[in-house]
Parts: sequence; structure tokens; C-alpha cells
Amino acid sequence: MHATEDLAEADRLMRICNACRYCEGLCAVFPAMEKRRSFAQGDLNYLANLCHQCGACYFDCQYAPPHEFAVNVPKTLSKVRSGSYGLYAWPRALAPLFERNGLAIALVAAFSVAAFIFGFAAWTDAGVLFSAHHGEGAFYRIMPHAAMAWLFGAAFLYAVVALVMGFRAFWADIGAGGTRPQGLSVWQAIRDAGRLRYLDGGGVGCMNEDEQPTDMRRHYHHATFYGFLACFASTLTATFFHYAFGWEAPYSWYSLPVVLGTLGGIGLVVGPLGLMRAKKTRDKTMTDTSRFGMDVAFLAMLFAIGATGLLLLFLRATPLMGTLLAVHLGFVFGFFLTMPYGKFVHGLYRFGALVRYAMEERQGYPVPAPKRRAA
Amino acid sequence: MPEPSELFSRSWDVLVAGGGNAALCAAIEAAWSGASVLVVEAAPKFYRGGNTRHTRNLRCAHDEANEVLTGPYPEEELWEDLLRVTGGETDEELARFTIARSKELWDYMNAQGVRFQPSIGGTLSLGRTNAFFLGGGRAMLNALYRRAGRLGVKVVYDAPLTGLEIEDGVFRSATVAHGGRDYRVKAKAFVGAAGGFEANIEWLKEAWGPEAENFLIRGTAYNRGAVLRLLLDAGVKSIGDPRQCHAVAIDARAPKFDGGISTRLDCVVFGIVVNRDGERFYDEGEDFWPKRYAIWGRLVAAQPDQIAYAIIDSRSIDRFMPSIFPPIEAGSLEELAAKLQLDAARLRATIETFNGAVKPGSFDPAALDDCRTEGLSPEKTHWARTISEPPYYAYPLRPGITFTYLGVRVDRNARMIMEGSAPSPNMFAAGEIMAGNVLGKGYLAGIGMTIGAVFGRVAGREAGQHARN
Repeated sequence: MHATEDLAEADRLMRICNACRYCEGLCAVFPAMEKRRSFAQGDLNYLANLCHQCGACYFDCQYAPPHEFAVNVPKTLSKVRSGSYGLYAWPRALAPLFERNGLAIALVAAFSVAAFIFGFAAWTDAGVLFSAHHGEGAFYRIMPHAAMAWLFGAAFLYAVVALVMGFRAFWADIGAGGTRPQGLSVWQAIRDAGRLRYLDGGGVGCMNEDEQPTDMRRHYHHATFYGFLACFASTLTATFFHYAFGWEAPYSWYSLPVVLGTLGGIGLVVGPLGLMRAKKTRDKTMTDTSRFGMDVAFLAMLFAIGATGLLLLFLRATPLMGTLLAVHLGFVFGFFLTMPYGKFVHGLYRFGALVRYAMEERQGYPVPAPKRRAA
Repeated sequence: MPEPSELFSRSWDVLVAGGGNAALCAAIEAAWSGASVLVVEAAPKFYRGGNTRHTRNLRCAHDEANEVLTGPYPEEELWEDLLRVTGGETDEELARFTIARSKELWDYMNAQGVRFQPSIGGTLSLGRTNAFFLGGGRAMLNALYRRAGRLGVKVVYDAPLTGLEIEDGVFRSATVAHGGRDYRVKAKAFVGAAGGFEANIEWLKEAWGPEAENFLIRGTAYNRGAVLRLLLDAGVKSIGDPRQCHAVAIDARAPKFDGGISTRLDCVVFGIVVNRDGERFYDEGEDFWPKRYAIWGRLVAAQPDQIAYAIIDSRSIDRFMPSIFPPIEAGSLEELAAKLQLDAARLRATIETFNGAVKPGSFDPAALDDCRTEGLSPEKTHWARTISEPPYYAYPLRPGITFTYLGVRVDRNARMIMEGSAPSPNMFAAGEIMAGNVLGKGYLAGIGMTIGAVFGRVAGREAGQHARN
């Protein structure tokens, strides 16, 4: 009846959970489930992307393994979620990139970094590449600003188009096709995503190693996410400075782009390291270990961008600047290219699921709301 | 954590038998007062806590609404509710004591790290009277275990009590089986909080006869009543009807043990229920389902082979809480009878007779409506609509046993009362093992947790105090 074993298992679990409902206060997944009586593929993909993998329901569940019902919602929804990404990939021909994602991302990153190093070496005089530069426009003596802007602009534009197409496919699959996200629901989703409302186990914190709740994953995710945003904002302000005021990088330590970039870089180093550590210590029974590569590749990529960016900042006045610039730009370029084909999409689809959830909560869902059970 | 064998060799202030809400409240309270506490739980860690792992809420009196409870629930009202469901089979002193102390439980549980969830609207309207655990009973238990651990309470799992050494009503030691060995564990005070005997089929058969073989047990297989048996055999006074248990009708496809809440079925009022012979046997629409589900366990238990089938048609399939197992579906009554292995002609006759007796009315599941039959035995007095719109659906029903009423007699200090009416100086009881003192009959949602928490706290405090004096 279902296309994959993971979907069939998720269907079996949601049937049990919908007859129990003890977890309805933990997160958004269970109230969303209660609005349904049967679970088609799109419903399951919706619930799977709504799940933040906090783990509270696994440790709270009286039917978790070794119980014969073997209810393991975090692990099952994690599998369904990873399986859903390929369905939405644009163009479809690139969907297989999700299959061996760790390898794919690593190859793209390696080629991208190599291309920048070779490109710099080919187009720039070795004397320029390996000497120290100072003052305005120092970076652009190695790579002209226009070339940088066009190349990264094009890569970013491609990523945006591919992500938008992916989102449209997701939105249609979860049964929301034809409905437009509403302003208030989008605002609600921004607030829920912004503070990771559903990564707190309903208030006590999420479970990671064992039944002790901890909030560390949420903190590290905040560091990563806001670090990423700060880096993005740094790039935007720098671009604005360049075109609006004609101020050329490198900027001083206390300028807005550098302050944002430094804070963001620290976030991108600390956050992914912390998330990586949490991933290693996480209770494996509630983890989909088969998708480890995808998660690690994404974290490693973010870490590499943050770390090389900080190094570039500290060593920009030394002869190492040219090489570091190549490596940093190589990682950023590789990241742009792979955004639509890696773990990055989890944020997009989870946000979409949160918007959908806010809409359902606001207007109800066209099924009769059944009674709750006492005990 | 030290080895269990090392723990068993120490001399403890308080030994707690059991691992649920009452046992943990007792352990926490005793440890808080400075006593050294060992908890021995018969079940493995995952199944710890007996029936607590399947509970969902706690009933407590309160004078005003709070962030979760939607309105005041005065002591007197809780007392009247209790009086109504027990038909007076309650010890008024202990009941009123429980109710008075229930007012502290909201703050107490919060202080132990137990989380509650805001009430969501529902027709059971328990949002005012009962506080719902966030994540359910197992989440609540996890919080209590964390708290107990921080207070230095030691817990050994897979450690059933197999013997008690009691001299003149004074507890000396207990025999604990663990890892294939027996250990004699000494303690200055003993708290029995190990639940009832609902999972002990042999014991149930003593009360119910061989029919008990066909009962399903809603809680874990570890609720065997071993501690209760040892205490009664050692001369502790009993309370509660040994032949009674709380039984509801649940999905017959549920596992033998530990199916919990999810195996309950709420479809009975929307259709008819027939037995193995295809005959109806009780008014399915007597009252709202939450007020009647507890009698259907008994009703099904009285049928041949202890099995029955709820049958509805397509108009009712979406009217109740989704079921854990899908309904048995058929396009015709004959096909349905074949799938249920019932006599097709008998089933058709029962349904046609029923359909013929249905009087016109306006169907309203939210009220005791005027849809009823006339001229049947038994009649269906509400929500009677013909079963005539295929597909037809059926759910098999069996009795599901929740808990037993037999327990040990206690006083308001949770001290066990010995035969001859003297309270034991150092033996205390809490939870289902003594709930019969307060709830001699019937059921009130969440009251088991109330009794467990109130008497658990008292037992722990008294046991700790006794040990230190």
C-alpha cells in the first residue's frame, strides 16, 4: 500500500499513536496527527518533516521497544524525512544525490576548493597569490570583484531556483497544493522555527544520550543557524557597502560586515562541532544511522566555511591570504551548489511544515475532532 | 551505581517494594527526610512502574484554576464523586484525608520535576478535575526516578520480593530474588507499594473461574501481587473484595499483557454488540460511553468464550476515537459473519430484528438522544440507528483487566493493620496495594494516582521517621 517500508512503518505507528495520544503535549507532530484518521504518503511526509527529532516521545512512550508494539517515532520519522528529500529534488535527475549524500557533498566540495586554487594559480601571478596584501581591494587583486560577484551570484541564484522548485513539490505533496501560505501562519512558523519551539520535549528539553533531558542540541543548533544568518548578513552588507558606497573589502575589524562575519564564523564553528558531538553520543536506538553521511557532510561543510572564514580574517595580512581565500571561496561555492541536494533542505521543508501546521491550527482541519481519553 | 549484590548486603533505613508512582513518592519522601532508601522493582527497567506507566492523569481537589486545571474542584465535590462511584464502599476518614492531601499534589509533583500539559477541550471534561501528565505516565515516572536518583535513592530492577521476615507485626528483612540468587535485605522500615494481582492469571481464576484465561491484562505482566500475597499470608489485615477487578471491553486483538490505553474501543454506543452466537445481550446505548465502558468488561466476560463483536455501519465509522487495530470490514452481512466466524443467518436475523425495532428520532451523539428501539430485549435506549449502510465494520471485544481491589488495611499514617487490629510499627503501604481502603468499588479517572501519591508520601515520611528514631 505504501511506496516504501519506512512509510508503511510510519503508518503503523501513527495508527497506534492516534489511539493513545499521550504525547499530544510534546510537540506539533501529535496534534497534527490527531487531525487525521488515515495517513497517506503526503500526510506522513508532512508529519516527518514537522518532527524535530527531539526524542522525548521515545522515552515517554510505554510502547517503545522492547514492547511488542515497538513504537519508535523519532527513528521512523527520521527515515521517512530523509526519504522525502529526494522526492522533491529539482531537477528530478539529481534526486540520486540524496542516496549517497555524504560522498556527493564531499566530492563537490573537494572539486570546488581545487577549482578555486587552480583558478587562482592559473589566472593570478604566483607572486601576487603568495604575497601579503594590504588596504582596500586586497582580495580583488587575487580575484576581481566582478568575477566573484557574477560567479557566486549565479550559483546562489541557481540554488534559490532549485530550492523554490523543491519547496513547491513538498507543498503539493503534503496536500497543501493550491493553498497559499498565510501571513499570520508564516509569522507563527518564523517564531516557532526561530526559537526551535519543538526541540524542547514540551518544555523539559530533548533527550539525547538517555532519558536525561538536555537543551544542548537546541543551543548548538541556534549557534549554527544564527551563525549562518550572520554570515549571510555579513555578505549582504559587504555587497551593499561595495556598490552603494564604493567601499572595498577588506573592512576593518569593527566594521559591520566583519563583526557579523566574525560572530557568524564563531557560530558556524561552535554549532556544528557541538551538533556533531551530540550526534555521536545520541542513543542509537532512536537514530536513523543510515543517513549519517548526509548529516555529517552538512555539518562539516558549515564548519569548513566558518573555520576558513575566521582563518582568513586573522591571517588576511599575511602571504597565506591568497590560498585561504581560495579555500574559503571554494567551500562557499560548493555549499551554494549543493544547498538543494543536501541536509540544508531540512530547514526549508520543516519551515513549510510549520507553516502548514499553523494554518491547520488556525482554521481547523476538515475532520471531526474526536474525544480525548482519560486513562 | 554499586553492584546490586553490594546494595543488598547493606542495612537500609527504608526498603520500598515496587516501582510506580506510590513507591517513588515514598522513596523520595523518605530520602528527603534523610533516610537511606533502597527500591526493589520486580520488573526490568523498561517495564518499571506497574500500572503507573499506563496512567495519564491525577485527580486533585483545588480551590481555584491554575495554568492547567480549568476551574475550582472543591474537596466536597471530589468526596461526592467518590461516594457516588464507590456506592459508599470507602473508609470515610481515609477518603477525606486523601482528598484533603490531594490539594498539595499539584505543587508537589511540579517540585519533583513532573510536567503537566494544558487541558485540551474534550467531552470528558476532565480538564477541571484532573491534571494531565505531559507525555503520559511513563514521562511522569521518568521524572520521579530522576528526582529519586538525585536524592540518593538506589533502585534495583528485576528484583521481585519472594519472602518477608515479620515478627509480631514488626518487619525485619525481606528476601529478594535477583540474577538467579536470593538475598536477605535488612531495613528498619518497609514500604509495600507493589500494586495488585491483575497479571496473575492463576489468582484471577480463583475469583473468576476458568473464564479468566480469556482475559486480557491492560498493564504489565509483572503486576503479579507477590508482595500483597506475602503480606496477607504474614497476617496483615485485608480490605476490598477479592473477587472484584476493574474490567473494560477492549479490542480482542490486543496483546495478552500491557496493551494499555490504546486498545480501548469507543464504538459500542454507535452500533450493536453481539456474542459468539450472534445475539445481543445488553443495552449498548444506556449512557454515554465514558460512563459505561467500565461495565462492558464484565458483560463480555459473562458471554460464551468471553468474546463479543461490536458492529457498526459506514455512517458511524468516523464518529469515535481511531482504533489501534483497523476494523474488520465487509460489503455484506454474510461476508462480515464469515470474517467473524459467526453464523450468518443468526447475525442477519439479529440485525434485521434490531433494524425493524429502531424508531425514528434525531441522532445526537452529544446528548442522550431519542433514537431508540421498541419491542426488543434488550432494548437500545439511545443512539439507535439501523445498521444498513455498507460497508459494515466490526471490532472484536474481550475483557481487559485494569486493576484489582483486594489490598491491605492501613491507617491514615499508611501503617499496615495486622489481624487483631494493631498497626504495625514499621510496615507501610501505598498505592494499588491499599487503594481498596478508599476505592472499594467502581472507578474515578485519576483517583488511583491520587491515592498512590498521597499515601506514598505519608508512607515515605513515616517510614523515614521511624528509621531515624
